[in-house]
Amino acid sequence: MATGSAPLPARRLIKEVLGRGDYAIIGEIVEPCSKVLDLGCGEGELIEWLMDHKRVTGAGVEISRERVQLAIARGVSVYQGDIDQGLADYPDQAFDYVILSQTLQQTLKPLKVLREMLRVGRHVIVAFPNFGHWRVRWAHLVSGRAPRTGLFPYEWYDSPNVHFLTIEDFEALCGEQEWVVERRYFLSGNHRVKSLPNLTAEVAVYLLRSMHP
Amino acid sequence: MIVETKSVQFQSITLDSGAVIAPVDVAFETYGVLNSGKSNAVLIVHAFTGDAHAAGISKEDGKPGWWDNMIGPGKAFDTNQYFVLCINVLGGCRGTTGPSSINPETGAPYAMNFPMITIGDMVRLQKMVIDHLDIRRLLAVAGGSMGGMQVLEWAVRYPDCVAAAFPIATTARHSAQQIAFNEVGRQAIMADPDWNNGNYYGLKPPARGLSVARMVGHITYMSDDSMKEKFGRRFRNKGAAAFTFDDEFEVESYLRYRGNQFVDRFDANSYLYITKAMDVFDLAQGYPSLAQALERAYSRFLVISFTSDWLYPSYQSLEIVSALRSRNRDVAYCELSSNYGHDAFLVEVGEQTELIRGFLARVYKDAA
Repeated sequence: MATGSAPLPARRLIKEVLGRGDYAIIGEIVEPCSKVLDLGCGEGELIEWLMDHKRVTGAGVEISRERVQLAIARGVSVYQGDIDQGLADYPDQAFDYVILSQTLQQTLKPLKVLREMLRVGRHVIVAFPNFGHWRVRWAHLVSGRAPRTGLFPYEWYDSPNVHFLTIEDFEALCGEQEWVVERRYFLSGNHRVKSLPNLTAEVAVYLLRSMHP
Repeated sequence: MIVETKSVQFQSITLDSGAVIAPVDVAFETYGVLNSGKSNAVLIVHAFTGDAHAAGISKEDGKPGWWDNMIGPGKAFDTNQYFVLCINVLGGCRGTTGPSSINPETGAPYAMNFPMITIGDMVRLQKMVIDHLDIRRLLAVAGGSMGGMQVLEWAVRYPDCVAAAFPIATTARHSAQQIAFNEVGRQAIMADPDWNNGNYYGLKPPARGLSVARMVGHITYMSDDSMKEKFGRRFRNKGAAAFTFDDEFEVESYLRYRGNQFVDRFDANSYLYITKAMDVFDLAQGYPSLAQALERAYSRFLVISFTSDWLYPSYQSLEIVSALRSRNRDVAYCELSSNYGHDAFLVEVGEQTELIRGFLARVYKDAA
């Protein structure tokens, strides 16, 4: 790894710039000069940061026209389209990393999306909010209604989230699908948590690869 | 910004068909300053009836350029930073050799003896101008409609010479519908007795045919919504139908006006040759597929289409984008929202400016 991208300074900086713990982790994982695809890339701020600090060749997919425009105006090569269909054009192993940050729970066919990501990327970085967090469990238990928390603030009828998963669920899926978990990070706010992640982590970040690329 | 059209003459150009045009004159304009590394040159390629006068105020006639809202100090193509140039296409009638030019062999205008030209020929002539200016690599090539076709041709034919390619409201090949509209235009011209098999120079030009061709063109450049908004069913006078065949509706009056105006600035034979070049253009020609053609390109692509453009619909842009993605090429794509139909690429300045200014700045920064 190049000296300019030593983990700690990079992490501090990315947190300052982007204010998101999962982005900090991603900034740490991605190797310099690699080829990166960010799905649901929003305004392209993560790719722009990776272009500036890791000299990556970046690309993104985003469904919102307004956000696509903002991302392109940053100089990021974003394709206006749907993640659920958006990867079909790409050849196998087109990217070093395919990133899906806090969007998995919003895709219609998450398993298909993950398989496609593992097809077009040598590594997959997926970050998702943990539905197993104690606050979610508590909110559900005491209210008897669809839980609303800081992490899941929506009413059931206007939530963009259509699939709810916990860290345990994701671990089970990785096992079933024989995906190799290269690294896993659990976050509460911007802090790493070590014990009982399925109760204490708000967000999980996984670095995966396919067993048979 | 007062600008003057410049001109350069080359000994000859050999066309895709094998025919030779000798000599060949080229009209072009430049804006801004070429830096010492010659790394800030942006080529703007014009649409069907455009010309080299893309920006600034013409010294000759005082008129603004056809993309003046996009090119200039602080604009999308910022002439404080970039050296922008625009070249009148081969076969045109605005300074570059075309059917209305004098054939040195006969001393008379070429007329229908002008050889068939292609989009590839237009691009090759532009490359001669770029070489003449000793520019090795263009920071960007950008254009809409037929300009977009030339952008694609540039990126595939000269992959090392184009850092960024901006094909806007365009296609890699015309559909049957697009060919059909062009054919109506050509037939309108050829049906005019004044066309006289193309030999009308010094005589009465086929004004009726050419203006009808332009009227059809204008309909395809607008949208149902934009026409509704601009004209509706409004009458010019009195607010009611007089049941005559005069131009009672505003839309009739507008089309007649635009048709008549066009006759003064465009040559009917150029119309025939250029529309044919557009119809024949197929970026995939000579390759097993469009993807394999575009695989040759190494530019950063920014593809833009517009929601209401039914002449060059978004699916045609998506075809280009999909082919590029399938070869792992660098491409950004956005469908901008607009009611203006195909004209949007000339009219929707605000959003295009945001996209192009930012994207181009990044390409320039990374190329430095």
